[in-house]
Amino acid sequence: MTRNILRVTLLLIVASFVLAPMIATILGGFKTNAEIRTNALGLPAMWNTEFYGQIITDPAFWRYLRNSLVISIGSVVLTLIVGAAAAYVFAQIRFFGSRMLFSYILLGLMFPFATAILPLFIKVRDIGLLDTWWAVILPQTAFSLSLAILLFRTFFAQLPKELFEAAYIDGCGYVRFFWRFTLPLSAPILATVGVFVFVQSWNNFLLPLVVLNSREVFTWPLGMMQFRGEYVTQWNLTLAFVTLTIVPAIVFFLAAQKYIVAGLTGGAVKG
Amino acid sequence: MSLDAERRLPASARWRRALLNGRVSAVLILLPPALILFTLFVTLPLGESAWYSLFNWNGYGTPSNFVGIANYERILNHSVFHIAVGNTLKIVAVSLVIQMPLALFLALLIHRKTPTNAVFRLVFFLPYILAEVAAGLIWSFVFDGNYGVTASIAQSLGMGNVFILSDPDWAFAAIMTVIVWKYFGFHMMIYIAALQSVPQDQIEAARIEGATRAQVVRYVQIPHIRPAIAVSAFFAIIGALQVFDVIIPLTNGGPSNQTHTIVTYLYTFGLTRLNIGFGSAVGVILFVGAVTVAVFYQRIFMKRAEA
Repeated sequence: MTRNILRVTLLLIVASFVLAPMIATILGGFKTNAEIRTNALGLPAMWNTEFYGQIITDPAFWRYLRNSLVISIGSVVLTLIVGAAAAYVFAQIRFFGSRMLFSYILLGLMFPFATAILPLFIKVRDIGLLDTWWAVILPQTAFSLSLAILLFRTFFAQLPKELFEAAYIDGCGYVRFFWRFTLPLSAPILATVGVFVFVQSWNNFLLPLVVLNSREVFTWPLGMMQFRGEYVTQWNLTLAFVTLTIVPAIVFFLAAQKYIVAGLTGGAVKG
Repeated sequence: MSLDAERRLPASARWRRALLNGRVSAVLILLPPALILFTLFVTLPLGESAWYSLFNWNGYGTPSNFVGIANYERILNHSVFHIAVGNTLKIVAVSLVIQMPLALFLALLIHRKTPTNAVFRLVFFLPYILAEVAAGLIWSFVFDGNYGVTASIAQSLGMGNVFILSDPDWAFAAIMTVIVWKYFGFHMMIYIAALQSVPQDQIEAARIEGATRAQVVRYVQIPHIRPAIAVSAFFAIIGALQVFDVIIPLTNGGPSNQTHTIVTYLYTFGLTRLNIGFGSAVGVILFVGAVTVAVFYQRIFMKRAEA
């Protein structure tokens, strides 16, 4: 009994260390700056909603979110299609050099993104993609491919072979079989990888920072830094901004928890 | 695939079918997109890094001012680079000595599937899903000596204003606090998953033979999850090599370059000053470091963990 009380007390202490900064942030969006100055941690004396309102009515805020959404969904779709197609070949078709090509793709698991960031910047600029959504989507997809292909291949290799043989007799070839059967049967692994790529893209900072220059295409992490820079003395606006982006993240996590934890505990995380 | 149905078809139809449905066309249609993307945006830039690093180049036109290994010499003699490497090692140390034991301790407390434990697990995991930039901004508010939580606490203690993030002695300690806050839940989740796979009968057998709680942890649970610990340590080290996003909103590498990590160093001295050659050399050094860690770690620890 006493042991349990001790245990829960300890957990509550850690929980308050975890939650206090987040709660202070959410509450801060309701306070005037004068109040934040004297009372950063407590409940607001008056629940001012105008600061949240100011963010919500700012078109820039919605533009940042839209850009992030487009880039994240684009990266997910591209990773799933391109990655699954390659993994399907690695899982089903043996040909000269296939093992070598697979090892080649796996090399990507060892490379920190940052090592290649400057040549990436040059390349994206030379192709003429600087300041476009593609500048983030393409490299991001390329870097997700190693993990995605590894996970997909393992999954595809477990699919029953009889199914393919039956389909082949009916005149269905590899490519069509991949579209018609392999992809629909692989929903669980597609979801796990998709959620992972989405979260990574949604939170990505370094790559967009390097390849996006104009506010028109900024993703929300860039937009948030920009905003903070402009309103240095107005913490309440910044805190409202942060809250409006972390709350959806938390909601998304609760909804996709199963896949996020599955991907994690499968040892399927890089960095 | 030697199917009878196939053999009965006329030769021309077999060829057409092989082209449209066969392995060759499948390989030629399905594989190249991934290979091209991967080569173009992952491996090629790595090779280009090595090439660019031999030039004194601002990124415009073609690299022309060949300087050999001068960039590497400059980096290795640059005091800020030493600080950046030292800070990166500090993050590794804090991860291994504070973060992982804390995560393991908490995992042992809440790995059983009960509703209360589920809530704590969720709470401890929350910081991990936040974007690093959001985490950095939240904590830069906490540490703000004029407005933030620190200001409130200092005031109530009658201490006047305290500016942790602009204090060279304390700024990096503050950053490491944020890093522990952000990532301990990730390591905890890995341990929880491993602990849930410890066979219950082994624990019960140990109990029956009179093992204390501490002995069960020491002799049954921890040995069983050793592979998970090896994996989490690996992620901690590789993750430490790449810390960037959290630093920018907190200190941007300051005050007086005291809080740089290898990646903020690369970004600040390579890109913002358009020293592409110089920055590429930092990238190559980082790459060599990461691969060395990965290879050695897999050779030494992962093998032992499997055995």
